[in-house]
Amino acid sequence: MSTPLISARDLRVAFDITRPGDMPWTKPRQLHAVNGVSFDLMPGQTLGVVGESGCGKSTLARALIQMVPASGEVVWQGETDLLSLSSQRMQKYRSEIQMIFQDPLASLNPRMTLGQIIAEPLRTHRPELGREEVKSRVARMMDRVGLLPQMINRYPHEFSGGQCQRIGIARALIVEPKLLICDEPVSALDVSIQAQVIELLQELQRELGLAILFIAHDLSVVKHISDEVMVLYLGRMMEKAPADLLYADPQHPYTQALMSAVPVPDPQIERNKQTIPLHGDLPSPMAPPSGCVFRTRCPRAVEACAEEVPHPGRGRHQCACLFPGPLTADEVA
Amino acid sequence: MALLDIDNLDVAFDTPDGTVHAVNGLSLSLDRGETLGIVGESGSGKSQTAFAILGLLARNGRTSGSIKFDGEEILNAPPKVMNRIRAERIAIIFQDPMTSLNPYMKISDQMAEVLMLHRGMSKKNALAEAVRMLDAVRIPGAKDRIRLYPHEFSGGMRQRVMIAMSLLCQPDLLIADEPTTALDVTVQSQIMRLLQELQAEFGMATMLITHDLGVVAGFCERVTVMYGGRIMERAPTDPLFGKPTHPYTRGLLHAVPRVDQGQETMQAIPGNPPNMARPPKGCPFRPRCAFAGKDCAVMPPLEPAGDGRVRACHRPVEEVAA
Repeated sequence: MSTPLISARDLRVAFDITRPGDMPWTKPRQLHAVNGVSFDLMPGQTLGVVGESGCGKSTLARALIQMVPASGEVVWQGETDLLSLSSQRMQKYRSEIQMIFQDPLASLNPRMTLGQIIAEPLRTHRPELGREEVKSRVARMMDRVGLLPQMINRYPHEFSGGQCQRIGIARALIVEPKLLICDEPVSALDVSIQAQVIELLQELQRELGLAILFIAHDLSVVKHISDEVMVLYLGRMMEKAPADLLYADPQHPYTQALMSAVPVPDPQIERNKQTIPLHGDLPSPMAPPSGCVFRTRCPRAVEACAEEVPHPGRGRHQCACLFPGPLTADEVA
Repeated sequence: MALLDIDNLDVAFDTPDGTVHAVNGLSLSLDRGETLGIVGESGSGKSQTAFAILGLLARNGRTSGSIKFDGEEILNAPPKVMNRIRAERIAIIFQDPMTSLNPYMKISDQMAEVLMLHRGMSKKNALAEAVRMLDAVRIPGAKDRIRLYPHEFSGGMRQRVMIAMSLLCQPDLLIADEPTTALDVTVQSQIMRLLQELQAEFGMATMLITHDLGVVAGFCERVTVMYGGRIMERAPTDPLFGKPTHPYTRGLLHAVPRVDQGQETMQAIPGNPPNMARPPKGCPFRPRCAFAGKDCAVMPPLEPAGDGRVRACHRPVEEVAA
């Protein structure tokens, strides 16, 4: 079996929270944003990470590249534990792992031209390259992501959202990374533009053999790009499976609820659809429920769910639930 | 007589970059109790249409045409008339409930104020009515939670409060401008179901403005598709989704990622949305349309096309999409 490009083991991120009334000596409370998440990502593959706001999906991505302090293990190419590296030694790996963000305009410096923006990572990571070489690489990359040569001296505000996202992709890929982390890259874009960006990412992945970690808040977008999908809830992994398996046969009640909530643009299906209602709100991450974190909103929860933290198990289809399987009509109603 | 009758509405804004034509020659009507979806991408003019109805356009906005509400002309009506209509007849809920609620006021005060001002109720009666309405939007423990401030509610609960507040005076028309765009999918499905139930209960006409074809499919009887400030197509929901004949509607349907279908189904629409300060000549969708021809440089009129459908296109896609 080949070595995973990146593999996370028992990844945890906790933030210290102090409240306004706290005294200087009060011990801060901890918020566990990511709680024991493990995954492997093979070269050239895509892992989709799905969950609602506050589930820890963005924090997970940031933990991989030391943007937030984390514990556990993140092993790069079977050799290096990225979490144990000093910031200086991490620098070498930063060019291997690049990121694109949700709000394309906010992630571009408004005072830099498109050309400067795309060239900047080269200046940082490949200072030995000459002027002409940088220029030609920028030109090639712009062509690759569908930006016209005459745009090179324009500023970000002159571009539409979809074009800004192309600039973000060009900037990320110019240093030839092996892993691209996409944090909700299409959520802020119009529907007709979303598909363009996803198609572009897929083409680039095929061409460059990129691995992609694709974060999204609902299951529909992820479906079209992922080899494997992981569902998070309150910092914990609920279910992880190859995409075709997860969509055909979701086992975890939360995955089923999430899937049934996505509106389908077909009136016949939509009118007759049985959505699985989730009662109440997301519990506070400061005080997550005991046992299974999803149990307070789960239509299937029983007493045992409050006592035991379900383990996702091993194998291709992992599901952290004591009672996995499709919900019955009685449970849904 | 239709409840709302919009005829040849133009909305334009004077900006330093020139005049932006946000809405061009829009006509539509809405009957009592009807649900109409308005679908479009950013810059399609869907929200500006709602703002024009309510007289809420930005200061540099100019309008022409006619908007009749219950037979009365309300386009550019004096504030006194509009205030009465906005208070009692037409309500609107927005995308972000946090920015539409006053963060300094308790929910109880915000809701009671509406009834005391417009219905002349006593504070005590107004509060009781407000609690009743919060119950109607299924906020658990409404009696106690009415004393909280907006920030103490989650996003979904805040949107419920907004909906409750908009229904206090039992409006004839509810305009929902992207009511679930800022919410998580599971919350979105709760809110849409709630709106459906309330619509059945109170019988108000509803105009649902959204970019999400999926949300419209389950909720609306008729759907209007807008692009570049113009209506591209309008039809009852079933034929519109089942047999999209306008190239834009069709493209949009194919571009939506679907959970219920295989990976091959998603197709992008090439190009970018038009810059409304310099819109293309003729049909605004022409530069991105795979079927466009020379004749498309002249804007096609909105014409009936069977099945209760009207369509503005010289080159409709008549064959059924596979």
